[in-house]
Amino acid sequence: MTETAGFWLPVVWALLAATSIFLYICLDGFDLGIGILFLKEKDHDHRNLMVNTVAPVWDGNETWMIFGGAALYGVFPVAYGTILPALYLPVLFMLLSLILRGVSFEFRFKAESPMSQFFWDTAFCAGSFVAAFMQGVILGTLIQGIKVENNVFVGSSFDWVSPFALFCGLAVVIGYGLLGATWLLWRCEGELHDTMRRVSFGLGALMLITIALVSAWTPMLHTTYMQHWLAMPQLALVAPVPVAVVVLAGVLFFGLRNPRSHLLPFVATLGLFFLCFSGLGINVWPYIVPPTITIWQASSPPESQTFLLVGTMFLLPLILSYTAYSYYVFRGKMSAGHHYH
Amino acid sequence: MFGLSALFLARFQFAFTVGFHIVFPAFSIGLAAYLAVLEGLWLKTGRDAYLDLFKYWLKVFSVVFGMGVVSGLVMSYEFGTNWSAFAQKAGPILGPMLAYEVMTAFFLEAGFLGVMMFGLNRVGKGLHFAATCMVSIGTLISMSWILSSNSWMQTPRGYRVDEATGRFLPVDWWQIVFNPSFPYRLVHMGLAAFLCVAFIVAGVAGWHLLKARREGRQASEQVRLMFSMAMWMAAIVAPIQVLAGDTQGLNTLEYQPAKIAALEGDWDSESRAPELLFGIPDMKNETTHFKIAIPYMGSLILTHSLNGKVPGLKDYPKEDRPYSPLLFFSFRIMIALGMLMVLVGLWSLYLRWKGKLYDTPLLHRIALFMSPAGFLALLCGWVTTEVGRQPFTVYGLLRTTDSVSPIALPNIATSMIAFVVVYFIVFAGGITILLRTFAEEPHPDQHGPAEDQPQRAAGTTQVSHQPQPDAGMAE
Repeated sequence: MTETAGFWLPVVWALLAATSIFLYICLDGFDLGIGILFLKEKDHDHRNLMVNTVAPVWDGNETWMIFGGAALYGVFPVAYGTILPALYLPVLFMLLSLILRGVSFEFRFKAESPMSQFFWDTAFCAGSFVAAFMQGVILGTLIQGIKVENNVFVGSSFDWVSPFALFCGLAVVIGYGLLGATWLLWRCEGELHDTMRRVSFGLGALMLITIALVSAWTPMLHTTYMQHWLAMPQLALVAPVPVAVVVLAGVLFFGLRNPRSHLLPFVATLGLFFLCFSGLGINVWPYIVPPTITIWQASSPPESQTFLLVGTMFLLPLILSYTAYSYYVFRGKMSAGHHYH
Repeated sequence: MFGLSALFLARFQFAFTVGFHIVFPAFSIGLAAYLAVLEGLWLKTGRDAYLDLFKYWLKVFSVVFGMGVVSGLVMSYEFGTNWSAFAQKAGPILGPMLAYEVMTAFFLEAGFLGVMMFGLNRVGKGLHFAATCMVSIGTLISMSWILSSNSWMQTPRGYRVDEATGRFLPVDWWQIVFNPSFPYRLVHMGLAAFLCVAFIVAGVAGWHLLKARREGRQASEQVRLMFSMAMWMAAIVAPIQVLAGDTQGLNTLEYQPAKIAALEGDWDSESRAPELLFGIPDMKNETTHFKIAIPYMGSLILTHSLNGKVPGLKDYPKEDRPYSPLLFFSFRIMIALGMLMVLVGLWSLYLRWKGKLYDTPLLHRIALFMSPAGFLALLCGWVTTEVGRQPFTVYGLLRTTDSVSPIALPNIATSMIAFVVVYFIVFAGGITILLRTFAEEPHPDQHGPAEDQPQRAAGTTQVSHQPQPDAGMAE
């Protein structure tokens, strides 16, 4: 009984943790993407409109990241206590960037002088960019592996400054940019919609290139990753992923080229994110701190995992339903002060 | 092996980030409740001034809540970055509680915040009021979980220690969550949050009352209404808070007597102990200099009996003593501010009875001067209880020196500087915006957060299948 609980609880929690991280990536992804797209869109009214598309929901989006931290702490404390010291500086830069961009949401609307407007717009853009970049670096460093002995991090503070991790940072910036652009082309009309459709073409192409490079690079990092591509049961799981990426890329560009298609590019981009995320997950499995600590070794005792699981089974569906309600209340196209119809 | 400095910086950083953070949740807890009351009264009485005040304070809430979210984000990762040994050992107990806090409270607040901020026209009055209540309930649930976790660190129960790893493992979740100091701490903190907001509201109202008087006119109905509400809170809640603080003191005496000895600056355990009004505790020479004392009062306050025995720091080994010089003053500042709040509340009752509540500039000036009093008292209270827990993170069981991460000094020094710089920018920005908001007098047909910015109103409320231009939150 305890034996099976000891096996299955961490598996269930790994899936739940993966789900909430994926939800965070999707939700805060377009949110951060909007900040990144400030680089491209300079018009003040358009910028306000872009921020308005997420103003009622961004607090909730960011809450998934707090949940990720708290759940990791409660369910996989060994992972929490080794990953965070190993990624000290990237995590620090990410958190500070999220703070700056978070307050800029409110502050940029209340700025009175052009100076402070410029300051908080820059903080919003730079904060979003750096937060996204650091999230990619964190992901890349994790995949690349963390030096651990006796559950204590023993690597150096700058292990994350590696070509692979930095490239992952860039990949995430591009990916979030695409999510943001396709979100905006869905939620906006007129000139902004057209701009975002154009931008999406370029970002889509860049994203496909980065996916190809990261996919080719990852198996070379560790022999265990390589084995996933050579041994049979895992190969059956990973082999369809590249095929599906090609299909979804086709759907994305079809949607972008078809002027009547508004929602499709966003959905296709979410699909691409899902494929990348699950592809990396299959690669890393069953490690939570590659290449040494598995989900079972990182787990808190079954008493803790059960206590949290009981509530999560009821609360997670509830959270998802009222989050969906909030999105439903603020649905539909938005425009900058003009009425149409 | 990284010596005292990395530990000291990790502690300083935690104190700095949590001290910065705590102000905003406390503000949110009190303000969300105030907003729910205002909207409820508006729906019940139909008096428009309540709605005007609701919209006025809603703008403040949007800034305060956002700052709370982002500064809280740091806290949920700081346990791992700076206190990884603590995180690994106490994670099985504290981690699930924090995860429950996020699931039962943070999502609830964030999920309904959008509707509360921008949705009055979209969902109707009833549903909108429900959303406001959800946000308020969310803040209260959040407070309960975080205080339960904190109280477990002060008075741990329901655990066993795994010998192989040194980890705390849960045995009885009921005992963990409802540990002995939790109920007292919860009540004390909840009342503190309400008082914080009461005095901010009173201060803003006081400023507008003074300004109106200087301009030779009467302040708006909204200003007088909010001043009256704030003074009711001061008159009723401040005395209750004194009683709540007293019971928490008794609880601390029972479970953490060393903390009491340190905050009183008492070195020798004695009956009929005096209460020190002033003194400079000296940890090295085990004495308190320059004492000004009231005989018997120490025993009377702490034990409710003249003969009660009060603990002294010499009862405890040197390495187990909390740092008295800091506690002694943080505790006394908190008490002094609490007493001032009670006096203001009582005086306002007298003036109200005399019908002079809005015509006594001295009260308004004192209210203005005391607007940060609640927050100062709150911070002093937290310093008292947290520094009083030292030198342990889990009281009596896990030392602070054994809780810290194996981080290099340059890393933590870098992060400390970065936090200070970013927090000062953010804090300065936030204060500027709040002060600018407060400078505007609440008035009839008050604009809400949506209507303030035409682009924003259109952006968040106009939908292509609802062609009419939107009137923001106005009904």
